[in-house]
Amino acid sequence: MGHLHDLLAYEVVEGIKSQQFTAEQYVGSIIKRIEDVDSKLHSFITVDSEGALSSAKIIDRKIKEKEDIGSLPGVTIGIKDNISTKGIRTTCASKILEGYVPSYDATVIRKLKENGAIILGKLNLDEFGMGSTTEYSSFHSTHNPWNLDYVPGGSSGGSGAAVAAGECTVSLGSDTGGSIRCPASFCSVVGVKPTYGRVSRYGLISYANSLEQIGPICRSVKDAVMIMNIISGKDIMDNTSTQSTPIAIQSKLGKLNIAIIKELINGSDHDVTRTVYSASEKFKDIGYSCEEVSIKNLDYALPSYYTLASAEASSNLARYDNIRYGFDFPIEEYKWDTYFSNVRKNFGQEVKRRILIGSYVLSSGYYSKYYLKARMLRSLLKLELLKLFNKYDLLIGPTMPILPFKIGEKIDDPFKMYLIDINTVLANLAGIPAISIPVGFSNGLPIGLQIMAAPFQEQKLIDASLALEDTIDIQRRPNSI
Amino acid sequence: MNLVMIGLEIHAQITALKSKLFCSCYGNYRNLRPNTNICEICSGLPGTLPIINKKAIEYATMTSVALGCKVPDKIMFYRKNYFYPDLPKNFQITQYNVYGFSSIGADGLFELDDSKKIRITRVQLEEDPGRIAYSEEGMNVRNSALVDYNRAGAALIEIVTEPDFNDPKEVRLFLNKLTLTLEHIGVCDTLLEGAVRCDVNVSMKGGNKVEIKNVNSFKEVEKAINYEVTRQTSMYNRNLKIEYETRHWDDRKKITFKARSKEEEHDYRYFPEPDIPVIVLGNNFVSTLKGYMPELPNERFNRYVSNYKLTEHTSNILINDKKLADFFESCVKIYFSPVEIANVLITDLKSFIDNDSESTDYLSNMKVKPEHLAELVKLIEGNKISRITAKDILIKIAERGVSPSEVLNSTNSFKIVDEKTLKDAIDTVFDNETSAVNDARNNPEAINYLLGKVMKFTKGRADPKIAASLINIKLRKSEN
Repeated sequence: MGHLHDLLAYEVVEGIKSQQFTAEQYVGSIIKRIEDVDSKLHSFITVDSEGALSSAKIIDRKIKEKEDIGSLPGVTIGIKDNISTKGIRTTCASKILEGYVPSYDATVIRKLKENGAIILGKLNLDEFGMGSTTEYSSFHSTHNPWNLDYVPGGSSGGSGAAVAAGECTVSLGSDTGGSIRCPASFCSVVGVKPTYGRVSRYGLISYANSLEQIGPICRSVKDAVMIMNIISGKDIMDNTSTQSTPIAIQSKLGKLNIAIIKELINGSDHDVTRTVYSASEKFKDIGYSCEEVSIKNLDYALPSYYTLASAEASSNLARYDNIRYGFDFPIEEYKWDTYFSNVRKNFGQEVKRRILIGSYVLSSGYYSKYYLKARMLRSLLKLELLKLFNKYDLLIGPTMPILPFKIGEKIDDPFKMYLIDINTVLANLAGIPAISIPVGFSNGLPIGLQIMAAPFQEQKLIDASLALEDTIDIQRRPNSI
Repeated sequence: MNLVMIGLEIHAQITALKSKLFCSCYGNYRNLRPNTNICEICSGLPGTLPIINKKAIEYATMTSVALGCKVPDKIMFYRKNYFYPDLPKNFQITQYNVYGFSSIGADGLFELDDSKKIRITRVQLEEDPGRIAYSEEGMNVRNSALVDYNRAGAALIEIVTEPDFNDPKEVRLFLNKLTLTLEHIGVCDTLLEGAVRCDVNVSMKGGNKVEIKNVNSFKEVEKAINYEVTRQTSMYNRNLKIEYETRHWDDRKKITFKARSKEEEHDYRYFPEPDIPVIVLGNNFVSTLKGYMPELPNERFNRYVSNYKLTEHTSNILINDKKLADFFESCVKIYFSPVEIANVLITDLKSFIDNDSESTDYLSNMKVKPEHLAELVKLIEGNKISRITAKDILIKIAERGVSPSEVLNSTNSFKIVDEKTLKDAIDTVFDNETSAVNDARNNPEAINYLLGKVMKFTKGRADPKIAASLINIKLRKSEN
């Protein structure tokens, strides 16, 4: 056996249940791993070693006393720092929440804890989830474990990097326009964006409520299924959540019909296109049918996404006024009539930009010109995608149109940065499930394949992903760390 | 006076709810220590989501129905965005009538009297903000204010009327009727502090609309309007332009004053609340609700007149005081004699409780219970006691909380029907009132005087009918 920290979630569960090693030993190895590599990666904002070790001891005691330990005993989970954790600081990588410690657990956290999973700490992100590189974190940039000069993707960059580097067994991210799949692709790990409503958003600090979902980032498809089945389900604390059937590891769905989205292939870097095509050949090898299709309304996706996401964000982020919680500040410096604008200077550039855009598209006179139009385009796009699912089980393409790039390379051009989200925003606009799985490398930089399915058809995503994972032989551990 | 147009925007809390609109904190935030009636949701902590209170939707629907509004089969919530320290999320979850969606009630018509109806623009469901407590010295001295979020998230019904009122008196009449309606539905106890608030807009022909905010009880509304009409009239007479503006009502000085101009410049950036999906009420929702909706005041009035044969005047007196009407019906259930029960309630019982106090709940605190009153009326109708005695007994019940028969037994107050006893009493009166007896022989009116004396002599216990006929007989006898 190699390092304990390299184990997959289902191997950890097996090892602890069969007492090959204790939860304390395993968690100890993970903490050691963080100590060894995180000074290079900067995946974490907060590490709760003490809490993790004491949870591990409780699991070991329960095993000794043959008590119920749930289905994820000892599995260490890194949490994107925009998901509320009771008693653990939750910052959204923003100065404005630097001192905020939630008084409650998000529903997903509660469910994971109930199943014996261990909350390891909080992972870096672009401030409030707004970005695709994790460079917009107010604290520090995270580095890609496959090449430390490169971005890990975003906004769940900490979640992607930490899992790829073995700093945690699995992690949770959130995906508003690709924030799980982008870092999964850039870090060569598996990331799932569930159907809108499959996973409770209670406790996820809202960026754009109508678009986002919490989902797992893992080193194997099977791990992702385990986490998905724990965190899914109707939650009375979230009006938009829905009941769903669990995902099976071995389903009996058989051969699926796949369509490659032509525009997404054509718009990508050469190496990305080539790798995705070769993945589609693998699907044909295992008996799936595979055609090419076009999406007519694709050009509307990004404008619609950025209009709606910014509109919702401008309202969601209004509450950060430092009256009830936030950060330390000298009260004397503020005057009644300038208080709000002064306090809110603490947001970062990208967040301010989106608040401004969002306020603009909602203001009177512009509402129907921008916001309402964006909603209509969203419906149009959703209809078109759902229609495609009448004919095909799955739509595939590259997760990201380009390879990971160097830290600092695109930071000065926000518009270019927005453009790289084109492949991922589709699933959020349509509320459908999507997965990114590793399919290859170019010059040592990872390439991910995105698979999308109709609402609540996660089983099809998983079937195809498991099949592909079996047939693709690629490097699973980064050398640079 | 020029034509005045007045419109109202009323906020009534759904005080009947146990919990707030979007969380399980108490709906009744009163008399609690500041910031103890709050949770993650109503204090707007990051990551929390609103959970809609279904009961609130029912109450708001009933209110809409009572105000003659249309209730759509689907409703939506919107966010109204503005910064204020008492607003935990810096947006208010409310409703908005736009793009084919309406609030829970729209396009209503509410009858003011036989000749006038008021158009109701809309009824909407929304959350109340918290409250800011300024120190006595004011902001400038302390440079700080305190915020209490106990009220934040309590359910409010907003009722907006068209500017259909032309006289402050019409507004008073409307608010009285509205209060009565809200009480009958059981949605709002309007007497609770802060349970109803009213914004008023007043304009005069040719002038701009002036909005008066902060009128915190219905009683003050008429005063605020009167002040504003006087102010605008005098400006008009002096050829001064009436500006479009927002003013506040000062409760203590009884004047309106101009608000800081910034408060008028809001762009609320309404958009649909993404965390509450469209709520489908369905086609049967309203008809089902009507099935168990409490009786409305006008329905009650019709029932009193047609089933109980009460006069319109009596019916109105009872219904305008909901608790009195409820008490009345409890009595009627025990002993069915609505007319006599109403008489005793209005002429006797009300005469001595009215002076009592303005207490909100005088009937339930009173020692007279419906079963006492029903028994009393039964005794009157069974000719066991006189109406005068009845009033005395009522006073004794109110003092001691015992049943009428107990009072009767202890005071020996049954009606005197025995002719021998009555004749003795009449003889005594005739001996003392010789001149009146003489008058009575020529003037039948004077007989009533003698009867009065007999009643007084018997402490009201004499059966007046028998006594009157005995007096007549005695008068005729002594003539001969």
